[in-house]
Amino acid sequence: MRKFIVLMCAILIAVVAFGSQVEIFSWWTGGGEEAGLLALIKLFNQLYPGVQVINATVAGGAGTNAKAVLKTRMLGGNPPDSFQVHAGMELSDTYVIPGKMEPITGYLKEWGIFDKFPEDIMKICTYNGEVYSIPVNVHRGNVVFYNTAIAKEIGMKTPPKTWKEFFELLEKAKKAGYVAISLGDTGKWTATHLFESIMLSQFGPYKYNMLWTGDQSFNHVALTESFEIMKKITPYFNKDHAAGDWQDASRLIFEKKAFCNVMGDWAEGYFKEMGWTPGVEFGWFAVPETDVAFMIVSDTFGLPKGAPNKENALRWLKLVGSVEGQDLFNPLKGSIPARVDADKSKYDVYLQWAMADFGVKALSPSIAHGSAAPESFATMLNDILNRFVSDLNVNQAVKSVLEAAEEEGYIVK
Amino acid sequence: MYRKKKWLGFLIISPTLAVIGIFVYGFIGATVRASLSDWNSFKKLLSGEFVYTGLRNYERLFADWRFQTDMWNTLFFTVFFLFGCLLIGLILASLLDRPLKGGRVFQSIFLFPMALSLVVTGTVWRWFFAPGILPNDPAGINVLLGQIGLKSLQWNWFTVTDTIGPFNLALIPVIIAAVWQLSGYTMAMYLAGLRAIPESMTEAARVDGANAWQTFWKVKWPFLRPITLSAMIILGHISLKIFDLVYSMTGSGPKNVTDMPSIYMFEKTFRSNRYAEGSAIAVIMLLMVAVVIIPYLISTLKKSD
Repeated sequence: MRKFIVLMCAILIAVVAFGSQVEIFSWWTGGGEEAGLLALIKLFNQLYPGVQVINATVAGGAGTNAKAVLKTRMLGGNPPDSFQVHAGMELSDTYVIPGKMEPITGYLKEWGIFDKFPEDIMKICTYNGEVYSIPVNVHRGNVVFYNTAIAKEIGMKTPPKTWKEFFELLEKAKKAGYVAISLGDTGKWTATHLFESIMLSQFGPYKYNMLWTGDQSFNHVALTESFEIMKKITPYFNKDHAAGDWQDASRLIFEKKAFCNVMGDWAEGYFKEMGWTPGVEFGWFAVPETDVAFMIVSDTFGLPKGAPNKENALRWLKLVGSVEGQDLFNPLKGSIPARVDADKSKYDVYLQWAMADFGVKALSPSIAHGSAAPESFATMLNDILNRFVSDLNVNQAVKSVLEAAEEEGYIVK
Repeated sequence: MYRKKKWLGFLIISPTLAVIGIFVYGFIGATVRASLSDWNSFKKLLSGEFVYTGLRNYERLFADWRFQTDMWNTLFFTVFFLFGCLLIGLILASLLDRPLKGGRVFQSIFLFPMALSLVVTGTVWRWFFAPGILPNDPAGINVLLGQIGLKSLQWNWFTVTDTIGPFNLALIPVIIAAVWQLSGYTMAMYLAGLRAIPESMTEAARVDGANAWQTFWKVKWPFLRPITLSAMIILGHISLKIFDLVYSMTGSGPKNVTDMPSIYMFEKTFRSNRYAEGSAIAVIMLLMVAVVIIPYLISTLKKSD
């Protein structure tokens, strides 16, 4: 017992003497995400043995709960040293504009990694000429995953390039008795996820990206066209789409009940977890007419103002921005590194496909995942689509989107 | 001496009063204030600058079709939930209020659902009522209906968008789950009421030649009326602010068929950062509950005087 007390005292003294901690806040609490985070923390401990890492996680899909906790902490002046946040407006609108974040452009240049990321993703992480967060991983949003057995059965030879070809396939799948395209929109965002890819196809990445910078009006025929396509897709959904989430939708493909679905490539991780091999039991292609673009969903880390251990927070940022850090984290999480100079051999065949595209295609920010627009706009769009999928009223939907866009200060004239 | 005691008593409860004053009434005040502000973004909230906007947030809400749907949903949910719980609770209590072998076992069985968290109830009933893909690939309760030859009763349950007037049919499964959870509770209340009725009263009624129905209606029911009122208050305030059950069972549903003001409040506040509008929803919910509870409190206070 006495030994134990002495030991505790020694630890206490050591902690007081070094006083060195770093608190990392995220919603990576399970599966490959958690494994990736723990591997990063382990590497951090090897590099900086004196620093104690506090792994502050809050469970909950897509970070809904974590975000609420984080907001309360930031509001109360008790920020973690660094926190996970989706690149783009989720950070800028919520924390950068109110002046709660430190710019890190200078550090990135000092570490020599500023030009190691694609320009487009840096643009998304930038506000008023300053970078505010380092992207750790990248997911692709505009991907169609399909069951190869059904594809063979309905005679799909090459992936469809246009919506016309895609609808022909859906019709064949439906005639063959399958759910043509699966959806699970209990959480609402999956419908938005599908719709934003359709928008990307209709506006094209150039105009789509300009919607968010205020250089392109929402009042464009492409918006109406997008809803028309969405309207054409709805009869092909599984009828019980309102009763499930994205895992349920992916499961229908796994169980050979549905032909395909549009989901971010975390679905690839899901299929692998179920025991499928990418390229064998399931295939993928970019959402029709979006092959030139890459819808990015990226997790980043930033530096809050008043971080209690700024020095250690910077060490953490340097680590997650490094090639080692990214190549350690991403194969475990099932995403691709944000850096262009990562080691491709560490990734599976699907991720290599995504990496090849990531380097060369136009990068577009996602609405459903908080990059393109403030959270309030994303929530309004969720509601609009939730209604649209039931009543299919194109005019009403377009009108509502324009109202929502106007309220956020986007161009609608 | 008495005066001193009174003063001492006040001193002893004063910490509680202070805590409730700050953390309940103070925060209600802060919420009302926020609902009159323009704190509809994180930036404005952080700036702390109070700009009075009058009832603008409320006007926006009442013009919002989702909020209108929510109000109808709350109304129908509350009415059917109350009616269901009271009726089933009363029937169960009447059945158990007789020398029945194993009566206690049944009593516990009916009470058990109340021990569950509403989130658990929601998740379980979500599995039951998940419709599957009709007609070929049913799930949950639809499988059962198919097996016992009632295929015609297979239904899309909480994913339907059909309505009768402003009543969304998708609420029916939610109401069933809620009644399942809380009718045991009303049963316990009624049972306590029935057991408190003196034997001599029912005896006397029987001697006077009253039939079972007359005994119940003329003798027992007057005893049960105050219990009914208490049960209505308790269940009413649960149903007016219900969140966990609906959120874990169906979410907002397609076209918001099962949406509730509490869910909308959560999304407005913590997803959209529209704190002022979220507060306005909270205040409206508080008023609705107050309408139910305050008359009850007044009548209770009058009685105890």
